[in-house]
Amino acid sequence: MSRRMVKLIAGRVLVALATLLFVSAVVFGATQLLPGDVAQAILGQSATPEAVAGLRHALGLDVPALQRFVSWLGGLLTGDAGLSLVNRQPVGDLIWARLSNSLILAGIVAAISVPLALTLGITAAVWRGSLYDRAVGVVTISAVSIPEFLVATLAVLIFAVHLQWLPALSFMPRSATPLQFLRAVAMPVMTLSFVVITQMVRMTRAAVIEALKSPYVEMAALKGASPARVVLRHVLPNTVGAIANAVALSLSYLLGGVIIVETIFNYPGIAKLMVDSVSMRDMPVVQACAIVFCAVYLLLVTTADIVAILSNPRLRHS
Amino acid sequence: MAHAHKSGTVRVDALKVTAKAEDGTETTIVHEVGFEIARGEVLALIGESGSGKTTIALAMMGYARRGCAIRGGSVDVFGTQVLACSASELRGLRGNRIAYIAQSAAASFNPARTIMAQVIESALIHGSLSAQAATAKAKTLFRELALPNPDTIGDRYPHQVSGGQLQRLLAAMALLNDPDLVIFDEPTTALDVTTQIEVLVSFKAAIRERGITGIYVSHDLAVVAQIADRIAVLRHGRLAEIGAVEQMVSAPAHPYTRQLIAAAAPVKRKGPEPLSESDEAPVLAATGITAGYGPAGPDGLPRIKILHDVGFSLRRGETLGIIGESGSGKSTLARVVAGIVPAARGAVRLDGTVLPPSLDRRDRETLRRIQIVFQNADTVLNPAQSIAQILERPLAFYHRLGAGARRQRLMQLLDQVRLPRSVAERRPSELSGGQKQRINLARALAAEPDVILCDEVTSALDTVVGEAVLDLLVEIQRELNVAYVFISHDLGVIRSISDAVMVLQHGRVVEAGPTEALLADPKEPYTRLLLSSVPELRTGWLDEVCKGRGVAA
Amino acid sequence: MSETVTDTAPAAARPRLRLNPVAGLGAAIVLTGIVLAVFGQALSPYDAGAIVDVDVFGPISRAYPLGTDYLGRDMLSRILLGARYTVGIAALATALACTMGIGLGLFAAVVGGWTDSALSRLLDALTSIPSKMMALVLIAGLGSSLPILVLTMAFIYVPGCYRITRALAVNIAAEDFVLAARARGEGRLHIMLREVMPNMVGPLATDFGLRFVFVVLLLSSLSFLGLGVQPPYADWGSLVRENIAGLSYGAPAVVMPAVAIAILTIGVNLLVDNLPGRARAGGH
Repeated sequence: MSRRMVKLIAGRVLVALATLLFVSAVVFGATQLLPGDVAQAILGQSATPEAVAGLRHALGLDVPALQRFVSWLGGLLTGDAGLSLVNRQPVGDLIWARLSNSLILAGIVAAISVPLALTLGITAAVWRGSLYDRAVGVVTISAVSIPEFLVATLAVLIFAVHLQWLPALSFMPRSATPLQFLRAVAMPVMTLSFVVITQMVRMTRAAVIEALKSPYVEMAALKGASPARVVLRHVLPNTVGAIANAVALSLSYLLGGVIIVETIFNYPGIAKLMVDSVSMRDMPVVQACAIVFCAVYLLLVTTADIVAILSNPRLRHS
Repeated sequence: MAHAHKSGTVRVDALKVTAKAEDGTETTIVHEVGFEIARGEVLALIGESGSGKTTIALAMMGYARRGCAIRGGSVDVFGTQVLACSASELRGLRGNRIAYIAQSAAASFNPARTIMAQVIESALIHGSLSAQAATAKAKTLFRELALPNPDTIGDRYPHQVSGGQLQRLLAAMALLNDPDLVIFDEPTTALDVTTQIEVLVSFKAAIRERGITGIYVSHDLAVVAQIADRIAVLRHGRLAEIGAVEQMVSAPAHPYTRQLIAAAAPVKRKGPEPLSESDEAPVLAATGITAGYGPAGPDGLPRIKILHDVGFSLRRGETLGIIGESGSGKSTLARVVAGIVPAARGAVRLDGTVLPPSLDRRDRETLRRIQIVFQNADTVLNPAQSIAQILERPLAFYHRLGAGARRQRLMQLLDQVRLPRSVAERRPSELSGGQKQRINLARALAAEPDVILCDEVTSALDTVVGEAVLDLLVEIQRELNVAYVFISHDLGVIRSISDAVMVLQHGRVVEAGPTEALLADPKEPYTRLLLSSVPELRTGWLDEVCKGRGVAA
Repeated sequence: MSETVTDTAPAAARPRLRLNPVAGLGAAIVLTGIVLAVFGQALSPYDAGAIVDVDVFGPISRAYPLGTDYLGRDMLSRILLGARYTVGIAALATALACTMGIGLGLFAAVVGGWTDSALSRLLDALTSIPSKMMALVLIAGLGSSLPILVLTMAFIYVPGCYRITRALAVNIAAEDFVLAARARGEGRLHIMLREVMPNMVGPLATDFGLRFVFVVLLLSSLSFLGLGVQPPYADWGSLVRENIAGLSYGAPAVVMPAVAIAILTIGVNLLVDNLPGRARAGGH
């Protein structure tokens, strides 16, 4: 690896960390816009001002915002995200319990959608202009404009109401058998994959078409290379960066998608936790969930950036 | 059946290729073209952009670019009916029996793989040689094509090798399987002249030694005259004329061929003596110009230096030609004079007055008196504006003309650049390349300048169109007594239009002087190299040059 | 003259705005959406708040073309009422986001230098908060009222609009025709307004359409989660939410509002995707 590459990669990582710091400030700031509300909200409108002030003190809400931000940040770094305002449990424990569920869901979705979407995107690009390509195009452009809850409700109508293959809600017993587990996640996975795949197909197709237009692809065809060889040896090595970017950005749609899907299927993941916490204005949980989501997003895009740098021949062999 | 009979020729009959526009309408771009090439012969396809020459060359491999389709005719390559082949039979031909050398080698190499992997790929695809044998053969070819470090150059990546070398590596790639037919598609067009001649020499040697049967696509008659045995002239997708090189060059029959020959031959547009009295003060003078890009270093000079201590002077009504190859700094010099790139050192004087280096500091009257005309007329006219808007803006800006006066002057300007008045309401995208370049020039004329800086104004145009623009420039100079700084990489163009010439290399002045005197008796080796590298429109030129330089061709 | 024979101009361009059939379909859908948003209530067969049938989650019938909802109200009338909120709020938020984004983007492109990079870094960092997450955080902090919804969504989409505007402006400013204007001595204002802006109109219009789609989807999602439009108002997303219990009966009341959203957003996409000769602006 050349020094220039190490420098570039270190730069990306630093930018990601700085962004995360900035994002935590925004998240913290946004949830502090209406101070006092929390204590008021917990105690209700009929509480005496003294009681509210007492609770605010107990919650540490009467110290200056900057000081609270610094101690909150310090807590996050040491793994202590504070206590939930609603049930007084450590936020960290709440999140860990739910995060693993969400990660399993996301993992299954990624394992299904990445190969499928790349195949669809690459083949559509190779046969661009064909009936197949146009069909893929119409389906994906329609699908990106459909709200996730329509996909989810249609899935329920088809698989739970009409065919009665699957339960409408993802009820997962504590010790689920593999079959129970699969039945529970089937529809959330379907819905999320649908959303992720449409995005990824569009972006992959665009990236591959860009490479297919290049003179070196024409040259390869004029050397007698078969279409498969052209794609595998000439197109893909040059689109690794762009495809990594497409995969990362599409997977980041998961972050938004899970919010709807976990809610509609009542799946016990971190997004459901966050939505519930927003309804109850349980700020420590909302903040921590938001940071987790942003960190995942930054991890995805930074990884894609690094893959792009690593796969750039001009940087690799300078 | 693809192999109907064995024949000793390549034969194309009634070839028809169509192109589909975005709205679905099909137009024929190659009409019933036919020709024959004997074994060991090289046929040149000559024509301007849109003549269909590359389309025909690609059709020899049964290949049509996206949106194009081969709709009729036959291509017989030594007994193989190419157009009757199935997709897999075509793959068996391409890179094996018929090979292709593309125009832009830099773009035709895959940036992600080593050169050797790509050069020997056709042997691996067609199973003609083992990887080891193919590598050994590639190295032999590298040597034959006079590439430096033939044993190690294949280990490099395309971006680590120069353009001229890549072009020869592309030739090695094409020759690896000893093809029956080689297609050269403008292989030297993107190169500087001094590089071009080296590539031509190595191509010519390979063609001679290996008895290659070839098709050489080019717009440059002089290049073709060195390489080809016969020439086919194409125009609007039709064959205008075909014949032996000697005959085509000395006695062209078709009027279009004559036009091409006339455009390729140097025309002297200026008399040998300077137009003005030699003691007249220069209208524009530059002294000690040092300039570049990037932040200034401790010495006060920019980090990336492009020009070093360059100077010239120019009198009213005169043309100074500035010649140099890519990277010589000639365009930067024009930008320094216009104030777009402020000089770090040195001075630009207009009628003796030192101008501020940056155009932000120059007053409107100064700006008016020096106009710059950029190379690419496709990008230099705002696509969102009409021609009238484009031409009226300088009239309002410099001369503060009212609407009526602007309109009148606009029509005068269109007359001046010999365009119909009806173009005023059109947008740039509705004009041809030559017409756009005339508008580009008219915009400069609208300012009524003393000096026009012309930066490669004919380079993007076809020769015949470019020649017409040069004629126009000279006529306008006679009418208006305007001075030109004319920048070009093309010595023929410079010679035909300039009163004086300055040769730039690596940002330094190599030599300068009156055109005829300097070109007749160049003092500096680089000027001599440059002069001797410009192809001349006669057969045997390349061999003579090689003999003179002591290289075998 | 010799040139006239060799240098042919492209055929005169056809009239500028001619839609292909797909774009025409999109335009028709968009137009219908606007009409419904404005005149929806006048067109509705019943009072949207009135309980008209004892049968809740009723099926599609002659009297109730889209069935009835969880209280026995007419779904068609509910959806016609919802159009006002979905289209109205989204249009307002998009307009606000684009106004601010374009303003800031042009400002950054014109001023350049330090201000530009600081602004770009800042707004870029904001985009690393996924849009739904940002909305949740802001609504958690500010509560959910109609003005706050509009402002929240506008705020979320300012960075995207900024980024495209700035990129367009910077790219166009690097074009040769701008260099020619600079060399002529034109000031920054003239260059921005007369040379750069006219070339941005097409891509920005496209971007407006795409962003409107994003806003509609985000608004619907928030309402679906119960964090968007609050009763007594109801947009299409909240109609799905209030009728979600009917899902297990396969009631049209759950699906129809979602279908309405899909038709609107697909319509906008079809229009924007098939506009003649206008490249879709980049971004996602």
